[in-house]
Amino acid sequence: MSIDMEQFHQVFFEESFEGLEVMEAGLLRMDGGAVDDEEINAIFRAAHSIKGGSGTFGFTEVADFTHVMETLLDEMRDGRRPVTPNTVQVLLRSVDVLREMLTATREGASPDPEQVRIQQAELESVLASPGTAPPEASVDAAPESREQAPEAAGWHIVFRPHPHMMRTGNDPLRIIRELAELGDLQVTGDVSLLPPFSEFDPEECYLSWDLHLDAPVDRARIDEIFDWVEDDCDLAIMPVMIDAPREEAPGPDQSRLSAVSPPAERRVGERRSPEPRRRQERRSGQASPSSSIRVDIGKIDALINMVGELVITQSMLSLLGDDFHMGQLGRLRDGLAQLDRHTRELQESVMQIRMLPISFTFSRFPRLVHDLGAKLGKKIELKMTGENTEVDKTVIEKIGDPLVHLVRNSLDHGLEMPEERIAAGKPETGTVELNAYHKGGNIVIEIRDDGRGLDRDRILAKALERGLVQEDHNLTDRQIHELIFQPGFSTAEQVSDVSGRGVGMDVVRRNINELGGSIEIESEPGQGSAIIIRLPLTLAILDGQTVAVGDETYIVPLISIVESIQVRREMIHLVAGRGETIRLRDDYLPVIRLHEVFGIENPRATDLVDGLLVVVEGEGGQFGILVDDLIGQQQVVIKSLEANYQRVEGISGATILGDGSVALILDIPGVLRLAAGAGDVDQLQQSA
Amino acid sequence: MASILAVDDSASMRQMVAFTLKGAGYDVIEAADGVEALNIAKSKGVNLVITDVNMPNMDGISLIKQLRALPSYRFTPLLMLTTESGQDKKQQGKAAGATGWIVKPFNPDQLLNTVKKVLG
Repeated sequence: MSIDMEQFHQVFFEESFEGLEVMEAGLLRMDGGAVDDEEINAIFRAAHSIKGGSGTFGFTEVADFTHVMETLLDEMRDGRRPVTPNTVQVLLRSVDVLREMLTATREGASPDPEQVRIQQAELESVLASPGTAPPEASVDAAPESREQAPEAAGWHIVFRPHPHMMRTGNDPLRIIRELAELGDLQVTGDVSLLPPFSEFDPEECYLSWDLHLDAPVDRARIDEIFDWVEDDCDLAIMPVMIDAPREEAPGPDQSRLSAVSPPAERRVGERRSPEPRRRQERRSGQASPSSSIRVDIGKIDALINMVGELVITQSMLSLLGDDFHMGQLGRLRDGLAQLDRHTRELQESVMQIRMLPISFTFSRFPRLVHDLGAKLGKKIELKMTGENTEVDKTVIEKIGDPLVHLVRNSLDHGLEMPEERIAAGKPETGTVELNAYHKGGNIVIEIRDDGRGLDRDRILAKALERGLVQEDHNLTDRQIHELIFQPGFSTAEQVSDVSGRGVGMDVVRRNINELGGSIEIESEPGQGSAIIIRLPLTLAILDGQTVAVGDETYIVPLISIVESIQVRREMIHLVAGRGETIRLRDDYLPVIRLHEVFGIENPRATDLVDGLLVVVEGEGGQFGILVDDLIGQQQVVIKSLEANYQRVEGISGATILGDGSVALILDIPGVLRLAAGAGDVDQLQQSA
Repeated sequence: MASILAVDDSASMRQMVAFTLKGAGYDVIEAADGVEALNIAKSKGVNLVITDVNMPNMDGISLIKQLRALPSYRFTPLLMLTTESGQDKKQQGKAAGATGWIVKPFNPDQLLNTVKKVLG
């Protein structure tokens, strides 16, 4: 029977990468001093599974390497080796190497043999160092009795099962049958131990056998057959030589060997031409280009249930349509309402399939914080909450890098050195929090630290130097915080190895905007700062406000809308250098007329008081968008313009409305750029 | 056709075992750990159990012990999947009532041969 083992490879790699996460997270917790048995057990199991799978699927190098890790973990698990920081570090490095090996193997390349060799040597040196007990030698028995096998013409076997044998699920008959398959077998039963009928227990085995196998087979074949029952019987296996008289059993033969021991301990040679492919990006386990997703079976079941409901509703409606008369109007309405409900539920269930817990992204941070903290000489505690908050898979894949950047920033610029913290009367250990939670149809991710906060004066000085603001501008804290999102802005005294990687906060914001989200900063000097990211739960469907401008309909993402107001004449103010603004409470909001931005010919409202003003939040500031009318709120399915036509500035996509017409979805930051570029709103970015 | 309960916390191994056995015409039920397996075994009744040893929640050895204690599983073949270095695991397994073991790594043919052996 030939089975294509490759079909299991993808699952194997997926679970192996998950296993690596488990190992890494566990090791990091142990590094923090928490050593509990279940933790070590979980790490061991992960290594064990990777070893078992890689052996089975033929990835010998991975299996060999993991075997050494497993041996070390096994000693730790059994308490034969203490858990020391050094051991944990070695294991952490081994996890990295193993990850690279798996990544390379998945892509059909060979792992870098040199790196593997070095790491394996390091593991072995730890193993060789005295734990509390000497490392166990390989238990595999060498096939010691092989030498006597070939010359035997047959075998004489005395087989006396212990009474309980059948209770192990073994069956003497099966063993005898198997022996008979090897050649001509003479069976002599011994019933002498059979008790009188009154004492007979049908669950016990009272028989024994004298077996003569007339076949020149290997001793190992015989041993293999008795392998499982060697402790549950008296057994003598004696070779029968040609012409030699049959001898009596010399008593139970104790020399045993484990017959089934494939050569799994083969040392690795380079089996393919070494083409070490270094892969820099770690965690590629999640961002695999050949995308697949593992879905909880419960979600699939819910989906199937829902489809079932839908089919029932559909058949009910079509039955109704067969001979419809007005008397059935009520039933038709009910049916349509049901259809509506089931469709919505189905939609939600389908969306659920793409949802993954944010822990997929968060899980990299303990390691990152651990490594960076050591590098920077800072004491840092990472607190994570809401790891189970679910978010769209695409968001998970794309939010990783921006988050890494933000956390690095917090560690590098936000948190102070221990001495500085003590001097400021704070605990020596700085805290970084990663929080995720759902709020109003969005997911919010916060990165909070209790460091020094943003330095208002330095940011302002830098902005003046760069000509981003003018002296006379009186900026609020919030506007100053906004400045760090400007391209090319960096306040670090010197570009450090840690966070100065040429990626600025402007790129972070752009990435987040591309996901349809927003980012803002809160900061309290000396107390710390917080970065708050809001993202839509899914990228396929959007909660939108439909608005009318002239004959056109546009969708404004609900996530961007602060409020919608009717402008009164006295709210309009002309501010020098900023054009027309609306005074809303204490703020002056710049105004964008949508019909001007998109060149719409016959708007109903050109005067601010004739239309409605949608106040939106974008690029850190609020501004008003003038539209003719608000039509309604609805969920719209996003169709990509780029995929179907081309990228259009100010538009993030399109959707099809209930009446079949197409409506464009506004990209608020893009609209802002368009308006600023057209000179419509002077220096909107700064004044916003 | 005989039904087999395949227990392993590793999805790829479980799939491999299940796929191989199904291909040979057996009914296969899968379980991801000992607890799940024990529940299935109690409610369904199977002809053979093949279990991994290292698993969360309930490991293979405990599973075998608990199964063997059930009246309906007194004589059922219970096989464990173990690694070449697991000599003491084999002993523990035997003590718990395991029928035998399949040594990892194994290929589908070895698995099928072993299963045929115990299911007759």
